[in-house]
Amino acid sequence: MSFERLLGPDEITRTIRRLAHEIIENNSGTGGLVLVGLLSRGYPLAVRLAAAIGEFEAERPPVGRLDIGLYRDDVTQRSAPAMIRPSEIPVSIDGATVVLVDDVLFTGRSIRAAMDALIDFGRPARVRLAVLVDRGHRELPIRPDFVGKNIPTALVQSVDVHLAELDGDDGVYVVSQEAAHA
Amino acid sequence: MLEVSNSDAISTATNLQWHAKDLLDTDTLTPEEIELVLTTAEAMHEVRSRPVGKVATLRGATVVTLFYEQSTRTRASFEVAAKALGADVVNLTASGSSVEKGESLIDTIRTLEAIGADVVVMRHGKSGAPYLAARHTSASVINGGDGTHAHPTQALLDLFTMRRHVGSLEGKKVVIVGDVLHSRVARSNLWTLMAAGASVTLCGPATLLPHTLAGQGEHGRCDVTTNFDKALEGADIVMALRIQKERQNSGLIPSLREYIRGYQLNARRLQIANPGALVMHPGPMNEGIEIAPDIAHGLGSVIEEQVTNGVAVRMALLYLITTARAR
Amino acid sequence: MTALLFRGGRVIDPLHGIDRVADVLIDGVVRQIGTGIDAPGARVVDVAGCIVVPGFVDLHTHLREPGYEQKGTIATETEAALRGGFTTICAMPNTSPAPDSASVLRSLLETIARDARIRVLPIGCVTRGRAGKELAELSELADAGCVAFSDDGSPVADARLMRNALAFTGAIGLPLSEHCDNPTLNGGGVMHEGRISERLGLSGQPTAAEVSAIARNIELAEATGAHLHIAHVTTARSVELVAEAKARGLHVTAEVTPSHLFLTEDAVFGTGREAAYDTNAKINPPLRTEADRKALLRGLEAGIINAIATDHAPHAIEDKLCEFDEAAFGISCIETAAATVFTLVARGELSLATALRALTSGPVEAFALRSRVPGIGALTPGVSADLVVVDPSLAWTVDTAAFASKGKNSPLNGVELTGQVRHVVFQGELAHSLELANA
Repeated sequence: MSFERLLGPDEITRTIRRLAHEIIENNSGTGGLVLVGLLSRGYPLAVRLAAAIGEFEAERPPVGRLDIGLYRDDVTQRSAPAMIRPSEIPVSIDGATVVLVDDVLFTGRSIRAAMDALIDFGRPARVRLAVLVDRGHRELPIRPDFVGKNIPTALVQSVDVHLAELDGDDGVYVVSQEAAHA
Repeated sequence: MLEVSNSDAISTATNLQWHAKDLLDTDTLTPEEIELVLTTAEAMHEVRSRPVGKVATLRGATVVTLFYEQSTRTRASFEVAAKALGADVVNLTASGSSVEKGESLIDTIRTLEAIGADVVVMRHGKSGAPYLAARHTSASVINGGDGTHAHPTQALLDLFTMRRHVGSLEGKKVVIVGDVLHSRVARSNLWTLMAAGASVTLCGPATLLPHTLAGQGEHGRCDVTTNFDKALEGADIVMALRIQKERQNSGLIPSLREYIRGYQLNARRLQIANPGALVMHPGPMNEGIEIAPDIAHGLGSVIEEQVTNGVAVRMALLYLITTARAR
Repeated sequence: MTALLFRGGRVIDPLHGIDRVADVLIDGVVRQIGTGIDAPGARVVDVAGCIVVPGFVDLHTHLREPGYEQKGTIATETEAALRGGFTTICAMPNTSPAPDSASVLRSLLETIARDARIRVLPIGCVTRGRAGKELAELSELADAGCVAFSDDGSPVADARLMRNALAFTGAIGLPLSEHCDNPTLNGGGVMHEGRISERLGLSGQPTAAEVSAIARNIELAEATGAHLHIAHVTTARSVELVAEAKARGLHVTAEVTPSHLFLTEDAVFGTGREAAYDTNAKINPPLRTEADRKALLRGLEAGIINAIATDHAPHAIEDKLCEFDEAAFGISCIETAAATVFTLVARGELSLATALRALTSGPVEAFALRSRVPGIGALTPGVSADLVVVDPSLAWTVDTAAFASKGKNSPLNGVELTGQVRHVVFQGELAHSLELANA
């Protein structure tokens, strides 16, 4: 297996700043904004985004966390279902502009599950999607509104995002299998 | 809350799984499995608190409740839990079904499997009946109470309730008082509490105590005594069990008055326990007999919460068991 | 009838005190025991490494016929006994009808004559219909040929009735084999009251129920001078009471089952992590604690317990395939009895001499059978004609599906035992053999 680091800590920080600006611009400010991060790594990202937005604007938007384990479409097929943890969105999302935040956008199934979950919390006016990395290979008609970096990958590869809050370091890695021996 | 807590790190790192086909008693659960149930129940508890308190995770699964004994709360609790996960529920009682006509337990279980039951929640008057059923079906069997032997979901919801209030049970003192000898709630609680490192004291009249259960477990310990006042010293949690009037008829206790004198959980006795001690009861209560009404509804009582938590814990078990079946 | 020459086995006859490597010539009866026997025309069976002993005698078997043929018949259960090395068994009277009168007994004897593969000695009821209310026709039954009296699996609960019964049986001169129990103490119990019953939430049968009944019956036997035989002793305290009664010179004998020597209450729980609620381990009186088991072995070794008696109790599958409370009591064990005893010997828990005595001369003396069947339980030349060859070190795994008995209800399925019955000679003929055709 080979690991190739594509983004380091500084690049991630800059990317987050840019995303924050884009969100603010798109929303014409922070009014009605609620950032909701998908567990696990979407949540610390959402926290960082909110902090960055708070630096540029007077107000830091509220941040929620969403566990999508109960909404997955592959609940009965996974070899090891993820542990289900409580979700928490501290404000009402009725009429709000919810920005879903995740680290890597891939098939789009997680986002589909997240939207189902969101609807159980209320009725937002609109839902946007912000991701740190888009690695392609969509299986559902899902598109991101705010993208940190587009990283085209092969299906056999995977993209690992490390965040200091959970992994100790910041980095975006592409992981490839070694070629088989002849 | 903007901090990322440690529990997120832990839950991404470990990948605990549920393996067993059935849940027959808590005595075979490892501390890790118990932890898994409680954490999942925490999430289910949060789902129940949302505007829309249900999800569609178990859509397509069929849960059958097969109750040979009457029950309001346990059966309703399972039904609500199953529906909150989007499963289909079928309720069967012994009367009015072919069971009354003498169909054997094994035949009944096989019929349920043939019509597509994924999970059978069973309550039966004979100890060991769910074990027999589980051996003869590939459906998952959850024991909703068998004879005087076990009531695992009750013990887990009791533990969930305790943890929410006192945190870790390690070293805590729990007193279980009443007709312990005939209590499946007491037995199942004993296993979970000892696995959690608690010190359990079983208390009741001499004729209603299981004397061989005292001893040292791997983690916690169990003592058996007839002296309720003494047992309450240093208690963090007191659980009162229902005393059945039939016990008086079969000569096991002289009278209910004698029982109340020695073993009723009331204000005077609660004072002996640690301040803020939790008051618990699996229900239904005989207020005025094993528990005084003011204590049942007083400050330390978490009895109603036990019922609410029951739905979340049963949702967690249905989720874990059903998703394990597919693997 | 071809003569049989068993060559090179270790011949052990507890009655005559024989224990040596020798050949045994059978020609209608045991003709000769010695070395270098010349027997032209005899069929030679090489039994080097095996032991050659008198055919086993069982004081306590349930044949189920008449009335419960779905559990077993005289044909199937005597075949099972034969494979277990038993050439004589005593049939308990809990059949339907129960032999409480001579006419029922005679009818039973006819079926035995027609269907039995080995010798079956009938036991008559103590009370009419075994109901414990009125005495059965005791002297009539004795004349018709019963060897003892019993109401097994029920006790004679009424003390006054028991005293009257003992007075009669004492006068007749036959043993009363009593299932010692106190029903008011035991009511509803399904296993030993103790560690496992409390864990599993099952109603228990306390030790005191058996012990208090034994004590009562010993007093009554003393008062009447009758021969009291205590069926299936199961507790340490029971052994003490029997020892004391014998020391005082009372005519008290006792038996123990191989199941109680081999298993404990833990058999109900099973060996897995999860409780098994194994109905195959449900027996009355129940399997008790390890301390009790060890006391039974010591009691047998010391001669306080006279005999091993199987209490073979076959049941139909549906009688055991149900909730533990509902399941019938009893273990189908006559095919595994000898092997469990030999396994105990192999483990060093029982001496070979005691084991063989408890299966042959012990039971014969307890029921004074020698006057009725000359040469029984021994290898008396010119008289005895029943013999069994056992390989005491052969390991084999119990497979209840292969039982000849209709009852597959054994907690030993899949268990490895040491010691196997290889050949059985009954009345001079090779009745069962694992190796030879034309058995």
